[in-house]
Amino acid sequence: MSNEKTSLIKRITSHPLFMPIVCLIVVLLVNVIKRPDFFKISINNGVLYGYLIDIINRASELVILAIGMTLVTASSGGQDISVGAVMAVAAAVCCEILSGGEVSTNEFANSFVLAIVAALVVSALCGAFNGFLVANLHIQPMVATLILFTAGRGIAQLVTKGQITYVRVGTYKVAGGYIGKCPIPTPIFFAIIAVLIAYLVLKKTALGLYIESVGVNGSASRLVGLNSTKIKFLTYVICGLLAGVAGLVASSRIYSADANNIGLNLEMDAILAVALGGNLLSGGKFSLMGSVIGAYTIQALTTTLYAMNVSSDQLPVYKAIVVIIIVILQSPVFRKYIADIKKKRAVNKQAMEGGRS
Amino acid sequence: MRKKLIAVLMTACMALSFAACGSKSTGGENSDKKQITVGFSQVGAESDWRTANSKSMKETFSEANGYKLIFDDAQQKQENQISAIRNFIQQEVDYIVLAPVTESGWDTVLKEAKDAKIPVIIVDRMVKVSDDSLYTAWVGSNFELEGKKACAWLDAYLKANKKDTSEINIVDIQGTIGASAQIGRTNGLEAAVKEHSNWNLLAKESGEFTQAKGQEVMESMIKQYGKKINVVYCENDNEAFGAIDALTTAGYKVGKDGDVIVMSFDSTNAGLTDVTSGKVILDTECNPLHGPRVKEIIDKLQAKQSVDKQQYVDEEIFAADDTVKSVTVDGKEYKVTATTKDVISKRAY
Repeated sequence: MSNEKTSLIKRITSHPLFMPIVCLIVVLLVNVIKRPDFFKISINNGVLYGYLIDIINRASELVILAIGMTLVTASSGGQDISVGAVMAVAAAVCCEILSGGEVSTNEFANSFVLAIVAALVVSALCGAFNGFLVANLHIQPMVATLILFTAGRGIAQLVTKGQITYVRVGTYKVAGGYIGKCPIPTPIFFAIIAVLIAYLVLKKTALGLYIESVGVNGSASRLVGLNSTKIKFLTYVICGLLAGVAGLVASSRIYSADANNIGLNLEMDAILAVALGGNLLSGGKFSLMGSVIGAYTIQALTTTLYAMNVSSDQLPVYKAIVVIIIVILQSPVFRKYIADIKKKRAVNKQAMEGGRS
Repeated sequence: MRKKLIAVLMTACMALSFAACGSKSTGGENSDKKQITVGFSQVGAESDWRTANSKSMKETFSEANGYKLIFDDAQQKQENQISAIRNFIQQEVDYIVLAPVTESGWDTVLKEAKDAKIPVIIVDRMVKVSDDSLYTAWVGSNFELEGKKACAWLDAYLKANKKDTSEINIVDIQGTIGASAQIGRTNGLEAAVKEHSNWNLLAKESGEFTQAKGQEVMESMIKQYGKKINVVYCENDNEAFGAIDALTTAGYKVGKDGDVIVMSFDSTNAGLTDVTSGKVILDTECNPLHGPRVKEIIDKLQAKQSVDKQQYVDEEIFAADDTVKSVTVDGKEYKVTATTKDVISKRAY
């Protein structure tokens, strides 16, 4: 009986998603001390309202980015640091087409679908550029994607001619707002759909397995007949495409393309989300859900710090402290240390029990 | 054979590029004699205000006016600005105009400019340097005065609406922490809150001068204080747009007869459009048209005249209605403009 119990606990605690989930829950629970109504969700003005909704809503872009970042990390053992800039490029392309070159527009100058498709194609091309450098030319991912990281916002600026391009049309605000009378913010749907598609593709096809195998050992995978170059390339294209989707959502929220600020520093948050999800940044095996939980944890932290009234100048410090704690908790050395302590205790206990009998 | 061919090609390329460089630099020298070269390091294009500021500079220092403007967009990064200034020094420009992203950290590079005997004119935000002689002059807005003007207007507005005795709860969506505009406007508000016993500053949080952050911060503030909030004090227009979006989504009525009033700064075109509709109750101008004032300074310097170290641009106050005709700050009276479509169309930006 007790054996069964301990094995169940062990099974839960040793589950790869255990620590990420615990961290998320702890971050959320901290709020209850100061704001007992933190978890309250109500309908206000016909839409869902509450801190939790804010977290889930605001984390959407990060979740979408984290999916791409996980795949890239798993296949190439490096990160795509250009995603924030690619978001800005996608937003710039979309808004510029919709506004027809004007700084601000109240009606679409071109077809909405055309703008979306163009933005996504451009972001996929950015991903393909990164993928080509990493997979075909074997440049280190961080260095390869550094090019678009620096140049991307410049490209976005060129596209928008350095202006913040506003598209003040109801239809454009849907992706970052609400669909008709639906009380759930649309970005949440984007995040859920992106996660679902990624999950299904990775689980129902062999792609997930291929990515892991390429990440663990690229040459060995090639020897067993996998085209590791192609798979790496593909993950970068997917990453770029997802960054484009995230960029469109972010742009729709503010119904404009703000080349300087859309997705600013978000690439770092996305990498952090992957790390918080318990994934190895050196590639190989990965957990998509871990990264998604990591992304929500980061947003939960930001919202928490707002709710706690932490003043803006101290905000980064608190964020850094919490992140350090979470990362240390999940580090293999720390885990081994805890496991060793447990083992010692168990041995001692056994010895004592043995002595009694 | 093939290697040799490549080597020859490479050498040819190099020679060509050298030739290109050479011709460029001689061209530069020729035009230098007639023109005054001005290097302008701009923060970026983060807001309509900034765009108007860049445009004013570009229009004032046009080739037609006898200037050559080297424009550098730093994309919000100080290191980009520092390297831009170093480039200007190398290119031996006549004047450097700097719109600094933050106040501190300029000592070294401004010293380099001083050693190269290039006058530096600071625009918009101020710099904090150990030695004042590192820059020649500063042109910009008096942000604290802007804050004081806005608060004086709020006081008069509340009195006119007989609300001056009841408790007034204010939230402050600050700008990027450390920017002069943020420091001045926050100080202006905090001083006013101290003066009025019934004013209550509930919270202050940075919206980083962007619409997205302004929206996010406002969402959080609504959840914390809800209906208690009477006044939202946004430190620029973009934040105000975000805050208004957040408020309307949560079902609040924004404006004169609504639940909350939103105050803003900068007076961009889009901002003033929201003033005419009453969504923004007051927009205190932060005049971006620095070009003419900077030109004035350069003209004086060219004529070897002395210039004032600090020069403020004139700034207006735009309100949604004419409840308050004028405000008085530190003994000086400032006119309040009731905003109409005509007023907007007459403005230069």
